[in-house]
Amino acid sequence: MRNKNRIIQLTFSYAVILAMIVIILYPILWIVGSSFNPGNSLSGSSIIPKDATLEHYKELFDPEQSDYLIWYWNTIKICILTMVFSVALVCMTAYSFSRFRFVGRKNGLMTFLILQMIPNFAALIAIYALANLTGLLDTHLALILVYTGGAIPMNTYLMKGYLDTIPKELDESARMDGAGNLRIFWQIVMPLAKPMIAVISLFTFITPFTDFILARILLRTEEKFTLAVGLYELIADQFGNEFTLFAAGSVLIALPISLLFLSLQKYFVSGLTAGGTKG
Amino acid sequence: MGEQERQPTTNHRKIALALSVIPGLGQFYNKQWLKGAGFFILIASFFIAFSDLLQFGFWGLITLGTDPAYDHSIVLLVEGILTLIITILGAASYGFNLRDAFKVGKQRDFNETPNSIRAQYQNLVGGGFPYLMMTPGFLLLVFVVIFPILFVILLSFTNYDLYHSPPASLVDWIGIQNFIDIFQIPIWRETFFSVLAWTIIWTFGATTLQIALGIFLAVLMNQKGIILQKTIRTIFILPWAVPAFVSILVFAGMFNETFGTINRDILAVFGLGDIPWLTNPTYTKIALILIQTWLGFPFIFAMVTGVLQSIPNELYEAADVDGASIFQKFRGITLPLVLYATAPILITQYTFNFNNFNVIFLFNGGGPAVPDQNAGGTDILISWIYSLTMTSAQYGKAAAITMILSLIVISVALWQFRRTKSFQEEDMM
Repeated sequence: MRNKNRIIQLTFSYAVILAMIVIILYPILWIVGSSFNPGNSLSGSSIIPKDATLEHYKELFDPEQSDYLIWYWNTIKICILTMVFSVALVCMTAYSFSRFRFVGRKNGLMTFLILQMIPNFAALIAIYALANLTGLLDTHLALILVYTGGAIPMNTYLMKGYLDTIPKELDESARMDGAGNLRIFWQIVMPLAKPMIAVISLFTFITPFTDFILARILLRTEEKFTLAVGLYELIADQFGNEFTLFAAGSVLIALPISLLFLSLQKYFVSGLTAGGTKG
Repeated sequence: MGEQERQPTTNHRKIALALSVIPGLGQFYNKQWLKGAGFFILIASFFIAFSDLLQFGFWGLITLGTDPAYDHSIVLLVEGILTLIITILGAASYGFNLRDAFKVGKQRDFNETPNSIRAQYQNLVGGGFPYLMMTPGFLLLVFVVIFPILFVILLSFTNYDLYHSPPASLVDWIGIQNFIDIFQIPIWRETFFSVLAWTIIWTFGATTLQIALGIFLAVLMNQKGIILQKTIRTIFILPWAVPAFVSILVFAGMFNETFGTINRDILAVFGLGDIPWLTNPTYTKIALILIQTWLGFPFIFAMVTGVLQSIPNELYEAADVDGASIFQKFRGITLPLVLYATAPILITQYTFNFNNFNVIFLFNGGGPAVPDQNAGGTDILISWIYSLTMTSAQYGKAAAITMILSLIVISVALWQFRRTKSFQEEDMM
């Protein structure tokens, strides 16, 4: 009886798992298949193309035929700069909040708490108008500034929570030995905070990469696009007529990012979990 | 008695404070020449540099311009906010000047030697260090986050739209007319409530489904005796690993009515080859909720898997002894523990979907269009704000709706954080 129940339970489980695997893999296989389909549209195509071709990939890599490589370069550039600036600013701010008791600390933390709740693109009208007035519309600088500013509140909270767990006795003993504030920050606390720096680097790199709305509002010319905006334009301009090209473009984005993600997945989980519980 | 004895005979602190009405003078009185000169130069140059802006800025903020030929209302509004921020910074340094004079005067009253220049420097570096460290981040935050928020708040009280748009005409303050219009003009009211209703259904429907699926699969995979556990878990994480904007655009292709694989290959097998996924609002809504479930469950799955592995086995063994069924064990042990450990994150999932612009916009642009309202059939608040801003130039109304949206998000989030333990910890604040 027990054994029979066990068999039913396992059969049911495997059925569900199989169904889920199909549901997850089907879109992925479909888009990979489409990217190898000859011709521009999908009419008459099948998920495993009969005469597979690499022409769409070649077209994407040909600067004369497409801006795809420029978009890729733009995106990488924006993401890396955002990451570097954000990590630097977040570490400095979080260190201050964690280690010092100064006038305005409480209000500052409260402000950060409220700011991290509102997504910064909620103020998209203002961002658009301001960029327009300052002449920063259609520049990458505007995007990097907005991404960096938007990353500060939430990530500062994450970092502060982590720094609070590093015992303050370490600072004290270094201070006894004559180390200054800057030295303690740089040589004692930061090396110990490496795991959280890794998490924040990941977050601040991937957020600009996957952002669509801000890039869409701020960028106007095709040579300035990021991948998200470029890919959207590729498909929105003439839906369906360039679908195979779009498919190839999608595969080239999804592949490296997925690999990066899967290899660093535990950082994502730990970071998001800490963010949720520590507030 | 003791208090009386310690009352000083001199009154340096009050004199220094009074003299500091002119910045620096109080420090001079306290014989701190360098610091006094510093304060004087700082605040004097502040007034000299910004006097024009201060005057003009507040004039612009109040009137928003008087002559469309010369005045650009939005520029004036931006300068007005800038003036406001600068005034606050100036007032803060003025207050700091007063406080410093009083503090040093008090030290003199109690016969403590005021700090020497060297000690002052030490003090500045020590006490000022956190401020110094925070300044770059704080300034950026002021200009790219706080500034836009102030701008939106002020904009929601103006009539800025296509017809009141510089340089052709001026923008005026209209009080809370935008909010009144949204609730009184029939087309706005109906659109607002239908968008709000769908936003709520969307938030609860999509989020609850993805959470339920995530927990269910995590529990399923945690059974003993499942082969290839690691590989299957990796496959289950895949939808999270692929950037969402790519997946959503791919789904838009799959659901396409002419060449999409859903109608052509999958549903055709069942004889249902022509479902209007992108032209009928109801079908678009169903598709959106299914897509978000696909996109969102892996995170919950990964997180819950972590929680499940930390539940001690003894609990289940004890339940087995009592003869509990699988469902009883799930309801009595697994679910409460999982929910307890992950509740705050689950709530952030709801607020995330509430503002999930990407999936709505990239799948079908908020469409299809529906009659009698100025939002698409699947627009949620945030994507409606986007189209009001970017396509129909209804800036004032869009700002007012942004305010309403922020109010909802902040109240939910505050409610959540008040419940989390860390919020009450002394060290936290």
